[in-house]
Amino acid sequence: MSGVRVLVGTRKGAFVLTSDGKREEWKVEGPHFAGWEIYHMKASPVDPNRIYASQTSGWFGQVVQRSDDGGKTWNPVGNKFDYEGDAGTHQWYDGTPHPWEFKRAWHLEPSLSDPDTIFAGVEDAALFRSTDGGQNWQELPGLRKHGSGPHWQPGAGGMCLHTILLDPSDAKRMYIAISAAGAFRTDDGGETWKPINQGLRSEFIPDPTAEVGHCVHHIAMHPSRPGTLFMQKHWDVMRSDNAGDHWTEVSGNLPTDFGFVIDVHAHEPETIYVVPIKSDGEHFPLDGKLQVYRSRSGGHEWEPLTKGLPQENCYVNVLRDAMAVDSLDKCGIYFGTTGGQVYASSDAGDSWKPIVRDLPAVLSVEVQTLP
Amino acid sequence: MLPQHLRTLAKVTGELTVEVSAATQRSVLDAVEEQYPMLCGTIRDHATKERRAFLRFFACQEDLSHESIDTPLPQEVAEGREPLLVIGAVAGG
Repeated sequence: MSGVRVLVGTRKGAFVLTSDGKREEWKVEGPHFAGWEIYHMKASPVDPNRIYASQTSGWFGQVVQRSDDGGKTWNPVGNKFDYEGDAGTHQWYDGTPHPWEFKRAWHLEPSLSDPDTIFAGVEDAALFRSTDGGQNWQELPGLRKHGSGPHWQPGAGGMCLHTILLDPSDAKRMYIAISAAGAFRTDDGGETWKPINQGLRSEFIPDPTAEVGHCVHHIAMHPSRPGTLFMQKHWDVMRSDNAGDHWTEVSGNLPTDFGFVIDVHAHEPETIYVVPIKSDGEHFPLDGKLQVYRSRSGGHEWEPLTKGLPQENCYVNVLRDAMAVDSLDKCGIYFGTTGGQVYASSDAGDSWKPIVRDLPAVLSVEVQTLP
Repeated sequence: MLPQHLRTLAKVTGELTVEVSAATQRSVLDAVEEQYPMLCGTIRDHATKERRAFLRFFACQEDLSHESIDTPLPQEVAEGREPLLVIGAVAGG
């Protein structure tokens, strides 16, 4: 029987949640790496037992962990992230030049074809790659040095490269997103990059339609339609049907279009999910009601999903990497909150249950559908 | 002696013992990192070898954090009678 493994990164450790295909009973294991911030964990799509974890600490810096047995045991691999050449400067919050400094890895994206190849999105924003299972990391400097890098400026959470999407139909094409620079695409395996922010509008920057400077929170893609992208921006939910060359707003009837997460149903490429958050000044749900919103039309028309979610006194946030889907039928949707709950729906969002309620604040959620 | 999180990372308990010919912060940490490569980058910067900001080095009840990394460590440490302590800043959260 098939099963599901949910990889949860939190402020104080990693947790692995497992269930069979019914997704009714869950086993919770952890914390792994207790006391450390686990920004992200993700498994190789070609070797489900190969899992990578980004473990960080204000005291001890960055560690990358790797499991080769599905999360039962872990071993640290390489943690040396050196920027290529003269690192140069980007803009600081006040607009002055600031040296590029490595702080942590926000997102780990294993290759679609090779379990030893993995990409890391880091703060200060850059893209690294390892081809030896995480032992050694090399920057793909074309991104940071493509021209606009010195003008990038951090968002409140830091200047992080937080989203990496690999195109399953074209091994040379990849999308990334940076707060608060925007989205970028490479069509040549990471050698050269172009900003793909046309159509985004951000009122809080000097030029609301600038080529870079947009605070992109997350981007999602359905593997069957890799040219269609869905974005949760600081404000606004956006979509692109031409690989990011142009974006249009699809916020529609959302009660607020501020938020962090966005994801796509595993079997319905026009069914998407967001969790509206009140505002950039108040990072919690509207009126204390935790609601996932679903659009079955790729945006514009949205419906609230509330069954099983707290509808009073709920003031948690759902961070940008904290939603994921399984590929069972019906599709399972999962998200974690800063209050330590991990909610799951085994019916595509119609109803929800907490798998676990009292973890440390959840930073990331990834899901593996196991054979 | 390392902070508990680093002992866990290195999969050791208690004090680490390393052999060096001339005991300095640099030689001791070089030896520790050679023996426990997973600690590279967690006590000091990979490239500059500077101590991480929230860590301090103590020995014989003295703060050695701002000593040159090539200054000889106290004789008691060199002779293995006292530990070099790597201490993490106390902070909540």
